[in-house]
Amino acid sequence: MAGNIKIRAKAEGGETNVKALMTHPMETGLRKDKKTGEIVPAHFITEVTCKWKDKVVLTALWSGGVSQNPYLAYKFKGGQPGDPVELTWIDNKGGTETATDKIA
Amino acid sequence: MIDAKRRILLKGSLAAGAVGVAVGAGLLAPRAVLAAWPEAAFTATDIKAGLKALIGVEAGEAGGDITIKAPDIAENGAVVPVTVESTATGVKTVVIVAEGNQTPLIASFNLGEDAVPSVSTRIKMAKTANIQALVQTADKTYTASKEVKVTIGGCGG
Repeated sequence: MAGNIKIRAKAEGGETNVKALMTHPMETGLRKDKKTGEIVPAHFITEVTCKWKDKVVLTALWSGGVSQNPYLAYKFKGGQPGDPVELTWIDNKGGTETATDKIA
Repeated sequence: MIDAKRRILLKGSLAAGAVGVAVGAGLLAPRAVLAAWPEAAFTATDIKAGLKALIGVEAGEAGGDITIKAPDIAENGAVVPVTVESTATGVKTVVIVAEGNQTPLIASFNLGEDAVPSVSTRIKMAKTANIQALVQTADKTYTASKEVKVTIGGCGG
């Protein structure tokens, strides 16, 4: 499982709150390396898919304008303690990570 | 035939990232996966053109019960926390725009049927500008904005 996504889901008042922190450089492709003067190539998460059990509750499409080491919090109706939630990201280089948690 | 591939995909997805496995199993070419990414929207320098490419309309109308939570002053433009919420019914999409950025369209969120219209993330802001949030239902697009003052610009370079 991925050490570079932290995900926590908590059931509160009939809704589930999910918070996730992903490790990723999120390079826009516009930044110059200060030492070499060369443009640092774009390398950022382009898509995030969030599931509860087998249902997709959220998909996010991102540009390099999302901050480095992205934070994402979202909510959905329902969810029982013990239900699995899953987050998967893919980036512009085809990299991907997935992490899961059980609703607390 | 499709069952065999499906079994490999499902089995593999337990062990590792599903997309990576799918690519490895030859089910998905990376280009096919990435083709869904709206490049025209996220590389647009003009907000209207970007929104048109992303959500089919150039602008939203006032309304939508949109709340934008973001700091009045961001010390570090590289990491500006933003929360967008809406109490409108039937919200399918939420879009975040940083109006002062070279490529202003930052993120869009497509809500599944159980999702509550509330998303939080952190964005890069190049300079003091409005954050614009749009929410789209089946037939309407609404917009709201909030100015965030940025003391150190966040896009680098």
